Amino acid sequence: MSSRKTKWGMSEIQPQKPLQTLGNTNKDLYPNIYIILAPLLTMPPASATAESNGLRKKNKHEVEELPDVGNNLLTGVVTIDHPELAAARGVISGQPRMTWPSWSNQQHGVGVIDLVSVQAHGHANGGYFLGRYPPTTAVFVFSVVQAEISLSLHSWKRPTKMPAVKGDGMRGLAVFISDIRNCEYSQAEIKRINKELANIRSKFKGDKTLDGYQKKKYVCKLLFIFLLGHDIDFGHMEAVNLLSSNKYTEKQIGYLFISVLISASNELMKLVIQAIKNDLVSRNPVHVNLSLQCVANLGSRDMAEGLGTEIPKLLISGDTIDAVKQSAALTLLRLLRTSPDLINMGEWTSRVIHLLNDQHMGVVTSATSLIEALVKKNPEEYKSCVSLAVSRLSRIVTSSYTDLQDYTYYFVPAPWLSVKLLRLLQNYPPPEDPAVRTRLTECLETILNKAQEPPKSKKVQHSNAKNAVLFEAINLIIHMDSDPNLLVRACNQLGQFLQHRETNLRYLALESMCLLATSEFSHEAVKKHQETVITALKTERDVSVRQRAVDLLYAMCDRTNAEEIVGEMLDYLETADYSIREEMVLKVAILAEKYAVDYTWYVDVILNLIRIAGDYVSEEVWYRVIQIVINRDDVQGYAAKTVFEALQAPACHENMVKVGGYILGEFGNLIAGDPRSSPMVQYQLLHSKYHLCGPSTRGLLLSTYIKFINLFPEIKGQIQEVLRSDNNLRNSDVELQQRSIEYLQLSSTTSADVLATVFEEMPPFPERESSILAKLKKKKPARVSENSEVKEHKLPQAQMANNVDSAPPPPQVGELFTAQVTTPGSGGGSTDLLGLGTSPPLVTVGGPTTTSSSALLVDVFDAMAPPTANGLDANGLSLGAEENCKKFISKNNGVLFENDLLQIGIKSEYRQNLGRIGVFYGNKTSFQFTGFSVDYSTPGNLSSNILFYLNVNVKPVGTFVEGGAQVQQLFNIECIEEFNDAPLIHIKFLYSGAEQKINLKLPVALNKFIEPVEMDSSTFFQRWKFLNTPEQEAQRIFKARLSTDPEQIKARLLGSSLSVLEGVDPNEQNFVSSGILHTRNQQIGCLVRLEPNLQAQMYRLTVRASKTDVATIFCDLLEIQF
Amino acid sequence: MIKFLLIVNRQGQLRLRKYFEEKVVTHGEQREIIRQCLSAVDKQNFLVEFKDFTVVYKKYGNLYFIAGITSNENELAVLELMHHMVETLDKYFDRVSEIDILYSLDRVHMVIDEMVVNGYILETSQPRILVPLQLLDVARK
Repeated sequence: MSSRKTKWGMSEIQPQKPLQTLGNTNKDLYPNIYIILAPLLTMPPASATAESNGLRKKNKHEVEELPDVGNNLLTGVVTIDHPELAAARGVISGQPRMTWPSWSNQQHGVGVIDLVSVQAHGHANGGYFLGRYPPTTAVFVFSVVQAEISLSLHSWKRPTKMPAVKGDGMRGLAVFISDIRNCEYSQAEIKRINKELANIRSKFKGDKTLDGYQKKKYVCKLLFIFLLGHDIDFGHMEAVNLLSSNKYTEKQIGYLFISVLISASNELMKLVIQAIKNDLVSRNPVHVNLSLQCVANLGSRDMAEGLGTEIPKLLISGDTIDAVKQSAALTLLRLLRTSPDLINMGEWTSRVIHLLNDQHMGVVTSATSLIEALVKKNPEEYKSCVSLAVSRLSRIVTSSYTDLQDYTYYFVPAPWLSVKLLRLLQNYPPPEDPAVRTRLTECLETILNKAQEPPKSKKVQHSNAKNAVLFEAINLIIHMDSDPNLLVRACNQLGQFLQHRETNLRYLALESMCLLATSEFSHEAVKKHQETVITALKTERDVSVRQRAVDLLYAMCDRTNAEEIVGEMLDYLETADYSIREEMVLKVAILAEKYAVDYTWYVDVILNLIRIAGDYVSEEVWYRVIQIVINRDDVQGYAAKTVFEALQAPACHENMVKVGGYILGEFGNLIAGDPRSSPMVQYQLLHSKYHLCGPSTRGLLLSTYIKFINLFPEIKGQIQEVLRSDNNLRNSDVELQQRSIEYLQLSSTTSADVLATVFEEMPPFPERESSILAKLKKKKPARVSENSEVKEHKLPQAQMANNVDSAPPPPQVGELFTAQVTTPGSGGGSTDLLGLGTSPPLVTVGGPTTTSSSALLVDVFDAMAPPTANGLDANGLSLGAEENCKKFISKNNGVLFENDLLQIGIKSEYRQNLGRIGVFYGNKTSFQFTGFSVDYSTPGNLSSNILFYLNVNVKPVGTFVEGGAQVQQLFNIECIEEFNDAPLIHIKFLYSGAEQKINLKLPVALNKFIEPVEMDSSTFFQRWKFLNTPEQEAQRIFKARLSTDPEQIKARLLGSSLSVLEGVDPNEQNFVSSGILHTRNQQIGCLVRLEPNLQAQMYRLTVRASKTDVATIFCDLLEIQF
Repeated sequence: MIKFLLIVNRQGQLRLRKYFEEKVVTHGEQREIIRQCLSAVDKQNFLVEFKDFTVVYKKYGNLYFIAGITSNENELAVLELMHHMVETLDKYFDRVSEIDILYSLDRVHMVIDEMVVNGYILETSQPRILVPLQLLDVARK
């Protein structure tokens, strides 16, 4: 009991003594106060008992005579002094409690007055008297002790007029809760709780004679402690005992404890399940319901096992009362969710569906939830629920609000059931049966019509309930996506909501409209609201609503309004909330790309993006603009010019420097003619930013510089200077240091021709899903896929089509550098610029190929095939093609075929399970080839093992190849699973009237998809031993055909994408290698051991791989290399 | 479906917690949800997006009713279900307050259990919801 005193006054004058109060009280105004207080105050303490008897009668009489609360009011001014109500002052009025006279029997009586209203004003911390719910819920209890009246805030509990005091009169519980609430510090609270826990624990342990009431009390305390965030690890047994009691009150508490506090894995679960079993067959439906709800709350597997057969019976039995059926339906739903395998509904299907016809609305409500879950599992079996659901819905929608009695909520008939039914129907396409379909359409129309009727109530509950049904109906309309009339009406309805004064409705309307925008029938209708949505974007106060507006603009965007929408979004981006900027940037980038007609516009948009929100422009966005610029030569000059201008800004974002550096490095030559952007100016502009940038940007700029050396030999000196500076050559960043050294070396030792070859313009990127789109999808899985994919087939195909495949983002400079560092097979520092992480330096076919530095390179050229005769071998392949193809096993680039007329070169690169192969056809003659065509095929079942297709992004090969000219094709390839064949290309053309046919195998071998792995000796042999089944191993012993020089062997192993592990094999002459084969779904480890016998010129080759057949295929491939 | 239901007071103290799915939110997430609901500026607002689900909440006097729902659940319907819950509690407690919820936690649990089971609506008819409670009150007399 709190000891805080409250002063009680009758007027503005604060009384010093209660007697004074009485004196100030106006008898006429406050008769009851007078009646109560007068005897108390005027009688001597000793006579209190006697006198109060008289008072009781009197008062009883009063109450009987004046049962009306209005006339029985007690009012006064109160100054409340309580920590939670800092100095609130106000008027209270109350009614003497029915039982109040009882206090007067005691010498130290406590009187209670139930307050009807408290109107306090002033500052209140807890705000009990100032919140929305008071004054009527305010609780006030004051006590009168002897003749001294002191009002103390005893508790906040309002003794209600209900027959029993809620809380069961558990005084100990009430005191405990009050104590906790009075704790001002959390430590005091914890102390009090620990005390109580210890108390309960000892009671449970020691006192075996606890009765039901006490157990109940302690369990309630534990519940309360649990709610405060403390773990409860005891009392479970007592709860189980309560559960098994026959007394409803104890059983109920027991179930509550079990449901809230016990986890499904508790060891007592068996006992609980047994008790539940007993209750399930109880004659008392209240007990049955308690047990069902407990199952629904816990839903463990054990329960499904033990009770899975009982519950369906309860659900469909004719004897079961409605309330039990309702619980049974939802309990089943829970068990279906947790242990679908244990619940067999097969034989009950039709009876469950017919629950939709049940006359009891409560049963229908819970059955609909169950049926929806069943439908999701097995739509076909439950198909007949559609017509029942439609007719049920129709009955509800057409009923008046008085028909459904308790199930009407603020004049809306059964809103929750309607929502459920509408939701259920969204699992099916529009009904096929025309009668059902018409009926459903009528329902939906009725709902839409009702939305236009004047509201039956001004209460927000009425409109909310109505709108809940309306939104669900619109969802169904969008889901069916078949009735243009309904769709347009839905759109108009949502349009009205866009202007609604309630924020949340605008929010929901924007969300639904997003879906409407993807329907071909309503896309145009949605576009009418563009202005409103843009206004929303600018004026909405809540960021989540603005976010929806962005989503909707994104969804409604098409070719006709792209420029405007993108423009508005860019405008908004300047002031947009930080939380949505990144996503907006992605969206703008995607829209700009998707609907760009003029790619200069696209470049402008992206550069604006970087300027406005550079920090939020993720790598994907600037990678993408570079990909597009590189793939589209019509925009390259413009891009170079624009980035050059953008870089002139005094402060520009690092991302701008990256894009600028990359683009100028590739296409700076296109603007170098203008003296204002001469090579030197370009270089100085970029270099002025160099020191402000981070290491990754610096690395990129270094690459740009070396490209400049190639493009503009005249500034070579300055650039070498920079490369040579200590700042770069001795940079603490290994990456920068390496680049500087390598570029410096490359620029000073190689000829211009080599530079030109190595730093050739980047080849076009393979077409693949926009990495930005992938990122956006990752960010918001559901929403984006709805927006983009649904739309994809309904709207005109975007010019820059976004193939949806699983390709990873294109290799990027930074990324490749790391790949290169860990790759022993890579030739030199120059390779990364060409986007070829793991391959030796490129050889441009037909171009000059002079180089000398690397033994590896020599090997590559040695292997280059001599010209072969024109003709086909037994397999239909051109002569020498098969043999030539094999040479590519250990290299990626070279000449695949050559005769007097034609030279075919290959450039290829691989990354994990993906690869691309550039095929270059060079006309060696000085005459035109006509009718030039190239077909390709994947023989046998190869097509299921690899995905092989022409990259359509590259300019297609025309039918003419001019004399001396070269055309190219780019193929993409993905390894799905292991294969041992290779795709074919069939070349046909006319040369001086004679048809020439060349059939070639493309050099695609399984080992290309291997990436080398470094490992130490113990790991190697541990894995080696692990792969010990016969299918995992392949071994060959063969005579050496090529040089057995260890360096050459090593080079060939490296060329076959394997690592060469030094110091692993105890015998130094042996070679061991390891690698991982990447296929689409699998990564297969491969280990190789090659043991040369130099005297006999023989090899023993052993390959082990974690997948059957892989070792054999791989062994075959490697054998021919040595 | 409804994933969880919380009742907290304006100070952020939990007054009732009901999870309809095991481990649906972590302790930290729950705190964050409560914080977001309590700090809403816009009085009309009743929605918060949180991770992969939506949070619907409404303030009644000193108490916030907060429900986490799956994205396929109708937000307005849940909002009104909560209001219905408050009205039902109101009817049972004759004007419900935080005190009732605090001191009669078991009853509040019962009311909710009679309305929502396993995250789905069990019953919306007020008289029917209150039947077991009235039985209990009779039994306790």
